[in-house]
Amino acid sequence: MTDTNGVEGLDRDRLVWMWTQMVRVREFEERVKRTFEEHPGVIRGHTHLADGAEASIVGSLATLRPGDQLMTTYRCHGYPLVLGTSPKAMMAEIYGKAAGLCGGYGGSMHLTDVSRGFLGTSGIVGQGIPQATGAAYAAQIRRQGQVVLCFFGDGATKQGAFHESLNIASLWKLPIVYVLENNNYNVVTRVEQEDANAAAGEPLAVKARAHSMPGVTVDGGDPLAVYGEVGAAVARARDGGGPTLVESKVYRLSAHGNSIAPPGVPLHFPEHEAITTFGATEEYEAAKRGDPVPRFRAKLVTDTTLSPAEADRITEAARTEMQEAVEFGLESELPKPEDAVKYVYA
Amino acid sequence: MARELPYIAAINEAIRLEMQRDESVLYFGQNIATTKNDPFLQEFGSDRVRVTPISETAEIGMGIGAALAGYRPVVELYMAEFMLVGMDQVVNEAPRFRYMTGGQVRVPLVMKAGYGFTAGWAGQHTGSIYGMFMGVPGLKVALPATPADAKGLMATAIRDDNPVCYFQHYLLLLDHGEVPEGEYLVPFGQAAVRRAGTDVTIVGTGWTVGRALAAAERLAGEGVSAEVIDPRTLEPLDTATILESVAKTGHLVLVDQATLHASASAVIAAEVADAGFSYLKAPIRQVTALDATIPYSRPMEEYVLPNEDKIVAAVHQVLGSAPVAAT
Ligand SMILES: Cc1ncc(C[n+]2csc(CCOP(=O)(O)OP(=O)(O)O)c2C)c(N)n1
Ligand SMILES: [Mg+2]
Repeated sequence: MTDTNGVEGLDRDRLVWMWTQMVRVREFEERVKRTFEEHPGVIRGHTHLADGAEASIVGSLATLRPGDQLMTTYRCHGYPLVLGTSPKAMMAEIYGKAAGLCGGYGGSMHLTDVSRGFLGTSGIVGQGIPQATGAAYAAQIRRQGQVVLCFFGDGATKQGAFHESLNIASLWKLPIVYVLENNNYNVVTRVEQEDANAAAGEPLAVKARAHSMPGVTVDGGDPLAVYGEVGAAVARARDGGGPTLVESKVYRLSAHGNSIAPPGVPLHFPEHEAITTFGATEEYEAAKRGDPVPRFRAKLVTDTTLSPAEADRITEAARTEMQEAVEFGLESELPKPEDAVKYVYA
Repeated sequence: MARELPYIAAINEAIRLEMQRDESVLYFGQNIATTKNDPFLQEFGSDRVRVTPISETAEIGMGIGAALAGYRPVVELYMAEFMLVGMDQVVNEAPRFRYMTGGQVRVPLVMKAGYGFTAGWAGQHTGSIYGMFMGVPGLKVALPATPADAKGLMATAIRDDNPVCYFQHYLLLLDHGEVPEGEYLVPFGQAAVRRAGTDVTIVGTGWTVGRALAAAERLAGEGVSAEVIDPRTLEPLDTATILESVAKTGHLVLVDQATLHASASAVIAAEVADAGFSYLKAPIRQVTALDATIPYSRPMEEYVLPNEDKIVAAVHQVLGSAPVAAT
């Protein structure tokens, strides 16, 4: 295997695959966002986008093997796309259609694809963490070398569920990697306003110390750095070495979610809270300049892994793919009303 | 003097007035007061107004502790479901203290949260879960349905010496209505008769009050006179006003956004069956949400919820009548 980037196990095809997945996630999220303007009323409730976190998502998921599993939060669109879930089924779910990934029952916050190891999401902050930890317990006693990835935000680390879970995982040496996507914000609260470590100028990864497990901080805008850290943690977990907390520093490029309003008021995506609440336009602009998608493209083009023409072709293909997802979502049928009472019990 | 205000502004006005009136009132919770421009922070300062991390157990528990220590906290919890991660504090701590200490302490705490956001928020953010907080001795539950009540019930909640769950309805946040200026208190345990009638009593809470009123309007067109009652608080519950109405109409339809067994409706039905059976000329009908988690997709969401048609049909049923032609 040619190792062009000093990251073990990543050949050219894999690197191009990684960038392709980042572009697909970005294009998907762009189309979700545009739907609010182009097709008002089609997306209901609350939608949270992964733009800005593409490198972190792809770098993390690239470490997995078939049979591994993951759980995430409501900010869940990126993961299934990378795992190979159909964007048509995902968009149809977000549009509330019967052909949606979850039949229109769950919507944007609950995109789940169990067939690909994606066991579910929680819309309640922090509450997916113990569930992922339980999946890791199952993996441990099944003894097939499976690992679980558990994704959550900076805000979630202030829940008891986070600390309770990390303690047990460390105590029992469970095969789990906790990927803390630190995007600096919990809605309109900045991390140093609500996190004692951040307020003290320390990385959030120090929380691992209280639970006697390794904690590392990584540049979540660099898929190779994420791959390296999460990969090392996954390997350790697979070998029975127990859990790791990986703090992946990302910057979400959209607002926390679309506007919140009762029916009748059209929903839209406001600007990022850095601008609307804090007037920190420069902070946001700097994040835009560091956008991980063009950043990784530039790296791959510079080291000639990828030609500009090929990069353009990949982008174009992702656009077409997501355009088709939008069309599929718009054209597919709504569920039958009476199906609402179908899956209440197993 | 009254003027038009949206429901949400009426709530904020009550908190502000109570904070001006009583220095022991605190206001804290997530995603409030994160900049110097926040009006509460500007007026009352960071001793009394604080943003908290996403830590409901600590937020509610600290509310209890500060209350025990002499303050009157209002904890902003955004959604009733978020209280569930701190449920011990809500039902098994706050309401027990006074009793278990033989009356030594009081816990004047307001837990403020929205509910019922059935607008595509799917399974975990749409619940009408007030039923979980009923029947807990020591805990009060207020469910304002109008902007005026939103103000008056909040002011009363803050002055109450007990823990109060104040549940504002998400679908009503931007509803406008007359709201009295200045000090305005709505007493707990006093139902409001929203529309007087003689043929049937319809009881609704929160958002279903509006649905019941719309149904009553339609029924009026058929010559049916419906009385619509809004209990306004579930603990304490004004059973007397409901019984008085049923004594007059002989017919009762209960409307509730919760599922039947978790509804206020089921409790009211039991109370009326207990104390007002002889008034009833027909069985009670309950129009509640169907037994399902709230689905995301609109047609399924609409299917499980109570609506005008279902209320009108229930009234026809209790009256044993097909609609009569309007006169
Ligand atoms: C227990 C709970 N409290 C509050 C909320 C409301 N809420 C939804 S997302 C969110 C912010 C979470 O921030 P973070 O964990 O950093 O994740 P991010 O959205 O930034 O990815 C909050 C407060 C919730 N869903 N659950
Ligand atoms: Mg965050």
